Parts: sequence; structure tokens; C-alpha cells
Amino acid sequence: MDLSFSAEDRAFQDEVRGWLADNLPAHISDAVRSGGELTKPMMEEWHALLNSRGWLAVTWPVEFGGPGWTPVQKHIFEEECCRAYAPRIVPFGLNMLGPVLIKFGTRAQQEYYLPRILDGTDWWCQGYSEPGAGSDLASLKTRAVRDGDEYVINGQKTWTTLGQHANKIFCLVRTDPDVKQQEGISFVLVDLDTPGIEMRPIRLIEGGHEVNEVFFTDVRVPVANLVGEENKGWTIAKYLLTHERTGIAGVGFSMQALEEVKALARKVRRGSGRLIDEPLFAARIAQAEIDLEAMKITNLRMLFKAQEQGAPGPETSILKIKGTVIHQELKDLARRALGPAAAPFPGHVSDGNMMFGPEDTAHNAARYFNNRKTSIFGGSNEIQRNILTKTMLEL
Amino acid sequence: MDFNLTDDRRMLADTLARYLADKYTIEHRNEVAYEMPCHDPAKWDELADLGALYALAPEDAGGFGGTGFDISVVFEALGRALCPEPVLAALLSSRLLGAAGADQEALLTGGTKYAAALSELDAPYDIAGISCAAEARGDGHVLSGRKTAVYGAQVADVLLVAARLDGKVALFEVQAGDAQVVGYAMIDGGGAAEVLLDDTSARLLIADAAAAIEAALNAGIVALCAEAVGAMEVAHDTTLDYLRQRKQFGVPIGKFQVLQHRAVDMLTEIEQSRSITIKAAAELDGPQATRFAAMAKNMIGRAARLVAEEAIQMHGGIAMTWEYPVSHYAKRLVMLDHQLGDTDYHLAKVMAGNAAA
Ligand SMILES: Cc1cc2nc3c(=O)[nH]c(=O)nc-3n(C[C@H](O)[C@H](O)[C@H](O)COP(=O)(O)OP(=O)(O)OC[C@H]3O[C@@H](n4cnc5c(N)ncnc54)[C@H](O)[C@@H]3O)c2cc1C
Repeated sequence: MDLSFSAEDRAFQDEVRGWLADNLPAHISDAVRSGGELTKPMMEEWHALLNSRGWLAVTWPVEFGGPGWTPVQKHIFEEECCRAYAPRIVPFGLNMLGPVLIKFGTRAQQEYYLPRILDGTDWWCQGYSEPGAGSDLASLKTRAVRDGDEYVINGQKTWTTLGQHANKIFCLVRTDPDVKQQEGISFVLVDLDTPGIEMRPIRLIEGGHEVNEVFFTDVRVPVANLVGEENKGWTIAKYLLTHERTGIAGVGFSMQALEEVKALARKVRRGSGRLIDEPLFAARIAQAEIDLEAMKITNLRMLFKAQEQGAPGPETSILKIKGTVIHQELKDLARRALGPAAAPFPGHVSDGNMMFGPEDTAHNAARYFNNRKTSIFGGSNEIQRNILTKTMLEL
Repeated sequence: MDFNLTDDRRMLADTLARYLADKYTIEHRNEVAYEMPCHDPAKWDELADLGALYALAPEDAGGFGGTGFDISVVFEALGRALCPEPVLAALLSSRLLGAAGADQEALLTGGTKYAAALSELDAPYDIAGISCAAEARGDGHVLSGRKTAVYGAQVADVLLVAARLDGKVALFEVQAGDAQVVGYAMIDGGGAAEVLLDDTSARLLIADAAAAIEAALNAGIVALCAEAVGAMEVAHDTTLDYLRQRKQFGVPIGKFQVLQHRAVDMLTEIEQSRSITIKAAAELDGPQATRFAAMAKNMIGRAARLVAEEAIQMHGGIAMTWEYPVSHYAKRLVMLDHQLGDTDYHLAKVMAGNAAA
């Protein structure tokens, strides 16, 4: 047993760290650190910088423009990005559609779309969920009816993350209503400029605009935009769910959150002492830290196994469940630490010079509320438990 | 033994509940709660007319209630409606004015709005740690310092300010217009303000106010606990409705046993919360008031977080939206813990009490 990274991996880590120090623009890392919403230009600027270094499409094979990293290297990269307060990569084109096109797309689709994902020409969003189809995704109803060389799409998608920035959406649609649910679904690419599409914002709990609903009325899409075979979309959806699971534990983000909470508890005063000297609060931090320390190793163990076996197994659901719970707990502490100073609605303080508590904490309560999403989306923690029950416990 | 409300209190509870359900709908509430001044003057007057403020003060102070149970009845109704009006500010102020033997007619009619400026950034919960300073000047006093998260101060006419005078925590009255009041909406709705005092003239009400402030805070804690119980019940009921209606995999999600059990756990915590709130209310005017208020606030802090988080989780994405009322209940339930001492602060109090005994 040896818990250390290999010499090559350590060299890689140094290289990533050095590059981030030299290239991550301060205005972007400052925005990440402040906890506010990132603007579209910031995300685009960051993608372009990574692309110029060849580090943008980390999940793609080398021949399509990926860096050819091992799972451990991807892990190191993510961790270093978190440490440096780099933005998360917007995953829809790069980590979702890209791998799908590489595995299921036609040559023409790959040649057309992949470069546009890399250079930022296209911003993709994910059209899976519907009002009636969340956890039970296979019950989706958005209908695509073949009419000559076109599909005619009617229905509604919802929860479309960052759809307001997107020009394209990949959708699961029903192409055959008369067979077993899973067997009548297709995966299609849709240009959001097509007539008949309307996107409306959904305001989230903390007030932010990050998701949308998308309505389709007689939207005509060329049949050439089908990915894979007609009625085989479910295979693609399942591939995506099991394919890219490094990073699912969000260990880097939790490490970042832990450091923030510790720093905050050292800064915050409670009477004559510091918050970190209060045993009850200090115990909460220590407890979360212990959980996270174990999670780091659990994550590496599963990474190691995936590297040995070539693919991650169902046990990665453990990473999703525990990883989100730990991160949510840390966000809870970041809010709690501020006491009454957590209360102001971000941006609502009428005197801009007024400081409430330490720097970069104005969004702590908002982030806590927003992060409740992580145990709901991407397969809720209940659904992950169902998966584990079936696959690992065989109950 | 009798756990029923008296007829008077039951009537008040019903009247307030009906009024709030009709007139302070969640849509209206959300319009008022998140934009300054986080206050609807017409509704405030109507609430006062219904007795919501008179119920907070005892008869000798001009009210018709003032016990822990009166306070609970009012705040549970406010909690069910997530009412953002500055009633907590009125309650704290009424207690402080009562302790000072000052007239509070104008407060109880709702005509003059008071707020209690106690916390500071570095002493958010333990008022013994405050540093705002008072100094005798002419035939009055002046105050300097900053008061933080003063609930209701964004619309207050008069501020009751805790400040240090001759080494003791004293209580002063300050005209809001004489201080710099920086108001803001809170993330869970309702308003507060930072109050900046700089040689601000003040009238001394109580020279040694520690006990009066502690008693006022205990009343405020009972109020917040009752508010939480009301809000938790609505969040739970809404979750149950959703479990019955929402279908996935061809069945109502309420058929999944894992969700059933968690809904039961919520219920258990709410029942426990109601019980500890009743206990704290019953002890409010007794010698153990602080200990039971601390117990109640600790339990409510834990239960309210659980109920808020589970209500969201068991709804799925829908409860993450602004449009769906549960999100606002969840915010209020969580942020209640940031007011008048959080879970840990009150746990430490109970622990210290045990160690000293
Ligand atoms: C902020 C946010 C962003 C999102 N972004 C996107 C996006 O970009 N694209 C996209 O397509 N989707 C997106 N989603 C949707 C997300 O994937 C769904 O919310 C998720 O699948 C859950 O579905 P639901 O919200 O309909 O909840 P439901 O499926 O209705 O679930 C409600 C509750 O029931 C539980 N439950 C359901 N089935 C079972 C079961 N069999 N056993 C036990 N418990 C069960 C769930 O765990 C949950 O607690 C996003 C969601 C959010 C909140």
C-alpha cells in the first residue's frame, strides 16, 4: 500500500499548479472566491485559456483534442483548479455531449461539433428533465415525430442549467410511444434559434437565475441531428451517467470549502475570543474534516480501481452521496459561522460600503441554500441509494 | 393538566390565522419581504387592530396578554404565514419598555415602531460582550458604536440601544432619525438594519439593564420558537401533499418507504419542538426562563434545519425554486438559527448551567 502519487503524477501536479498560478486571471478567481454568480464572458475567457493549453476537454481522447490524462491526472487537475479558485468547467458540451459524440456520433457530427465545443462557438445545455420526468427520466414525454427529413418536436424541458447562455441543446425525446418506455427514446441535437422554441427563466431559492424551462412547439429539426440510432437514446443517456464519474465526489470543492470555513472561524470574533476557540463550533469543523479526510481516500481508492479496471463501477454512487453531504455540511458551517451577519440579502444592502463580517462572505447563506441542489440533481441521493441497493447489496 | 389553549387565546389564534391566510398570502408576502422597507404599513395597522401587538404585553403595561403562551399564539400564526412584519422588534421593545417602566401605548397601537438594537458584529449573541459606548453629555447621554442585524430597525421610529455605561450594559432610547440606519432585506425575507452611532444623543432608560435584556431575549426566543413551529408545520404539510400528488415510476413518491420514514422523522421533530416551546413559554416568567429558552432554541435550531432540508430534498427540484413556497419556508427555518443565539450558543448555555449546578 502506498498513498503517494507517482513521481510523474507529482511532476504533473507541479506543472498544473504553476500554469494556474501564471494563467488564471485574478478577476476570475476573485469572482469565484466571492461566491457570486460568474458572468458568461468570465466562463468563456476561462474555457479559452484552458483550450489554448490543451486542457479544456479533459475527458476526450487525444485524437479528438483531449490531453490523454489518466483518471489520477484528471483528479489532480480538478483538485488544483479548486485550490486556485478556478471556475468549474461548464460541463454540458465538454463533459457530456463531447464524449457522447465521440462514442455514438457520426464522423460528420464529430468533425462539425467537437471543434465548436472546444473553441466556444457553441454553448450547449442539457435537455433531459421534464416537469413530469425527473428521477423517472424514462417517462419523458417530449415528442419527436418524423416528417420527411425532419423531426417535429413538441413538449417541454425544464431545469435547463445555464440555458440562457446557450445556443444549442441536446435533448432526449420520445420517438416511439408504443414500446417499452426506455426503447422509444432518441437523442437529438437542437439549435435554440429554431422557430418554435421559447426559453423562460426559473428563479432559484436564493434568487439567482441559473436554470430555465424550454418549450417546444412544432420545432423542426433535421434528422441528421439524431445522435446514434433512432430509439436508442436511452443507451446514450445511461452511458453518460456511468461514463464520466471522476470528480463526482467534489473532493476539491470540499477541500476549498473546509479551508474557507477554518479561515473564517479564525477571523470571526465571539466576544473576546475567536469562533474557532468555541468548542462546539470547532467540533463541527473537525467532524467535517474527518469525514472529508476519509472521503479523499475513498475517492482515490475508487479512482485507482477505475484505472485498473478501465471503468468506474456502481460504487461511485457512494462518492456522490457522501461527497454532496460533506460539501453541504461545510456550506452549512460557512453560513453558521457568520451569525446574524449571514442574513443580508446579497446585493440588497443600501450602503455599498457597509461590510458585514469578513471579506468574500456576502454569499455564504445564498451558497448554502443553492447547494441543496447537489443532492437532488444528477440522480438524487435517494436514487443513488437505490442503485447501490440493487447493484452492490443485491437486495 | 391541560394542554388546551384558553378560549381567548384560541380566538386570537384563529383570528390571526384567518386574517393572515386571506390578506398576507405567500404571493403578497414575497412581494413585501424581499424589498425594502420589507413592511406593509396597511397590513401592519390591521394586525395591530386585531390585537397582535396588545397580546404581547401584560395588562399592567396596557396590553391584554404578555405570557409565554400569548406570545406563542401570535408568533405561531405569523410563522405559518411567514409574515415579515417587525413583530419580533415590537415584542423585544415592549419587554424592554416594560422593564424600564416606560409607557408603551404608542408601541401597542402600532403607531410608533420600535426596534431593539442589542447585537454587534463581534458580539452577536452574548450581549455581555458588546462594545458600543455610552457617555454622559450635558443632561443626557451620547452613544458611539455599531449595532448589527437590528430586526425591524429599517422602519423603526425609535431604537432601544444597549451600550456600555460605567462598565455596565445600560439601555437607551434613541430617535431613529438621529442615528445612521442602513436598512436591508434579509435572505429569508423581512428587514433589518445596521445602526451606526457617532456621538448620537440618547435618553437613558435603564442603567443596569443586563437582567432586563436577558428577559426580553427569552421572550424573543419563545417567539422565534413558536414561529418556527408554525413554519415547520406548513413545510411538513406541503411536503406530505406533494408526496401524495407527485408521481414518478408510476406511483406517488409517498409510496417509497424511505420517504415515508423521513416524513415521520420530520413529524417527530416537530412534535418535540412544539413540546419544548410550550415548556419554554410556561417557564418564561419564572426563575428558569433562560435555561428553558436555551433548550428550546437549541432544539428548534436542529429541528428547523432538518425540516427545511428534508422538505427540499423530498420535493426534488421544485422546492429549489423561488416560485414554490416551500423554498421560502426553508429559508426562514434555517435563518431563524441566526437570530437571538444559534444552536451551539444555546447548547453551550445549557452545558454551562449544568456545570455550575
Ligand atoms: C439546480 C438544478 C439544476 C438542474 N440542471 C439540469 C439540467 O441542466 N438538465 C436536466 O435535464 N436536468 C437538470 N436538473 C434536474 C434534475 O436532474 C432533477 O431535479 C432530478 O432528476 C430530480 O427530479 P425531480 O426534481 O423531478 O424530483 P422527483 O424525481 O420528483 O423526486 C422527488 C423526491 O422523490 C425521491 N424519489 C424519486 N424516486 C424515488 C424512488 N424510486 N425511491 C426513493 N425516492 C425517490 C427523490 O429522490 C426526491 O427526493 C436540475 C435540477 C436542479 C435542482
